[in-house]
Amino acid sequence: MNYASYIALIPLLPLAGFVILGLFGKKPFARSAGVIGTLLIFISTLLALYTAYQYFFVAGKQHGIYPAVKALEFTWLQFSPGLSIDMGLLIDPASVMMLVVVTFVSLMVHIFSIGYMKGEERLSTYYSFLGLFTFSMLGLVLSTNIFQIYIFWELVGVSSFLLIGFYYDRPAAVAAAKKAFIVTRFADLGFLIGILILAFYSGTLDFGTLIQRLTEPGSSALAQLKGYGFIGIPVFSWALALLFIGGAGKSAMFPLHIWLPDAMEGPTPVSALIHAATMVVAGVYLVARLYPVFVLDVPVLQLITWVGVISAFLAAVIACTQTDIKRVLAYSTISQIGYMLFALGLAGYTASLFHLFTHAFFKSLLFLGAGAVIHYIHTNEMGNMGGLRKYMPVTHITFLIACMAIAGIPPFAGFFSKEEILLTAWQNNQPVYYIALLTSGITAFYMFRLYFSIFWNKPLAHNHNHHGEGPWSMKFPLLVLALAAVVVGFIPFAHYISAGQQAAEHTIPISFSIAPVAMALAGIALAYMLYYKQNERPQKLATAMGGLYRLVRQKFYFDELYLFVTKKIIFNGIAKPAAWIDKHLVDGLMNGLGRATTGISERIKAWQSGSVQSYALYFFGGIVALAAVFIYWWTG
Amino acid sequence: MNIPLTHILFVSTALFFIGMYGLFTRRNLITMLMAIELILNSVNINFVAFNKYLYPDNLNGVFFTLFIIAIAAAEAAVAIAIIINLYRSHRSIDVEDVREMRG
Repeated sequence: MNYASYIALIPLLPLAGFVILGLFGKKPFARSAGVIGTLLIFISTLLALYTAYQYFFVAGKQHGIYPAVKALEFTWLQFSPGLSIDMGLLIDPASVMMLVVVTFVSLMVHIFSIGYMKGEERLSTYYSFLGLFTFSMLGLVLSTNIFQIYIFWELVGVSSFLLIGFYYDRPAAVAAAKKAFIVTRFADLGFLIGILILAFYSGTLDFGTLIQRLTEPGSSALAQLKGYGFIGIPVFSWALALLFIGGAGKSAMFPLHIWLPDAMEGPTPVSALIHAATMVVAGVYLVARLYPVFVLDVPVLQLITWVGVISAFLAAVIACTQTDIKRVLAYSTISQIGYMLFALGLAGYTASLFHLFTHAFFKSLLFLGAGAVIHYIHTNEMGNMGGLRKYMPVTHITFLIACMAIAGIPPFAGFFSKEEILLTAWQNNQPVYYIALLTSGITAFYMFRLYFSIFWNKPLAHNHNHHGEGPWSMKFPLLVLALAAVVVGFIPFAHYISAGQQAAEHTIPISFSIAPVAMALAGIALAYMLYYKQNERPQKLATAMGGLYRLVRQKFYFDELYLFVTKKIIFNGIAKPAAWIDKHLVDGLMNGLGRATTGISERIKAWQSGSVQSYALYFFGGIVALAAVFIYWWTG
Repeated sequence: MNIPLTHILFVSTALFFIGMYGLFTRRNLITMLMAIELILNSVNINFVAFNKYLYPDNLNGVFFTLFIIAIAAAEAAVAIAIIINLYRSHRSIDVEDVREMRG
């Protein structure tokens, strides 16, 4: 089966959009930039769906599994006969699934942006950045080797930086873009070192070969990796943990989560695309890609599990206290990605990717719905909203569907994937299960807090809106995504994507679902009590909680902690002495050299009289002196 | 008549220092050029004299003298060209007026 002919087009079309709109967008395509970008990604989406159809239904399984196919591979950089960096397109169940998710969500965001960004002066720039991001993300999911994934990983980071800082005249947006870039870059350093360690010992960068070399029985590379240690921990664990740190940075996992809430300064559709559905799950995807290798190291899996579950819980708690609707969604994203990661840590490969899949749809729907609300009411603050259901019926219904999906109410998509994850946790690690169960109740609470605050609660104070709910370009993606949020849960996911040789299909007993659904309903009921009608109860509750509430509202002071460490310790302890050395020693040396030269030339410039005859006299005097020396003293 | 070498060297040395004196005291560029020609000629006299008195069998000194005369002619041409250009730009050929290169 030859895929190469058209699969390369899937990432290349958005790249073409980036190049065309980036180079010529200012003049000829200033108006039509949105349509051009959308058309290109539309073709990509069709091709991606066709690929998925071909892969899952036409080519089908071979020997009971879906084979991993390299649709295209060429050598990009040849260093030596044994070492080269290749570029290629890898087609396997996970990458095909991601292909569909990325192109589909990107298409919806492109369409939504036509309405949302209408009248924006730099529309073509916006669409070209979106194209660049889509290209990088598709390149990332289709990567055949770790180095390629690293290159696209950084490209994704750059396009995320550009899009967060899109409104560059706002200082907050600029600061957020810098923060996102620096924090993820810091984590990427770990990623790079991990790659180098793995590549050094296994002698390959290719995913397939790497996994095969490390997992074959009696693998010498694995023995070496486990044999050498650094500070008492095997190199193998170091490599995997560093890789995971890279992934955790990109996926905004505790304690590197601080950049994601700030990244909400970007345009809302961008948040839907990058900071909800695609880029932030790159960390999950990375771990899933190398899953067979991660399985070999139990401590690292433990690390992943606990980082995931702590992130899931803490982010959910913080989300309950935030009042900026986009920040609530940002913390909710961190929480849900935490779910995916601890599922991976507990050997729930299928459950994790299933949740990734469903989460992409309902979370991008939530963000686009929030975008529609912000577009209507021109504020992010929950306190200024209320009673919007009358004015925005489509947004209201679709937002409700998404909230039900994320809360895990059957039969919406989130229910199925969350059940899978909880079942995995139940079977493998009971403490994690209870934390996750509690978190799912909190999730339902903060989502419905958001929902009631926006659409019910008090009537809208002053409605000076004239443009209505929004054009069809904004309603259409909401409806499509809402439909997806309802139906994707019914896909027999385990049949298509599984870690092992055989698809591990199992049914979830109905009785198991009772506890999570009851938790979710309890959360919703609590939110209903507190936020359905405007009342004093939330305020009283906050006062009663006192310091605890303040602690959570300030996001556990993580930002302050980071600021303390960077500003007080690193700046004073390292940066200031370094600056002093630079200013006084290095610069001082150079300045002294300059000053000495100037001083000496000041003294001797009088010799340069400009008078030809005095030069001749010096010359003659010199000759006479030399002659005297050679005649009388240098006789030897 | 046999003139000793020292006499000739005395003449050439006198000529050399007369040239030197002219070079340092005259302010007119053409006069300075003439002084340089005197210096060159004193050297020529030395070459010819040493050749004749010390190595009568070969002609190296004489050939050097011929070279120096040819080069002096070329040098004079260049120097005159420089002086003419200087006159065009400064309306003067006095070295005291040409001190732009003073530090």
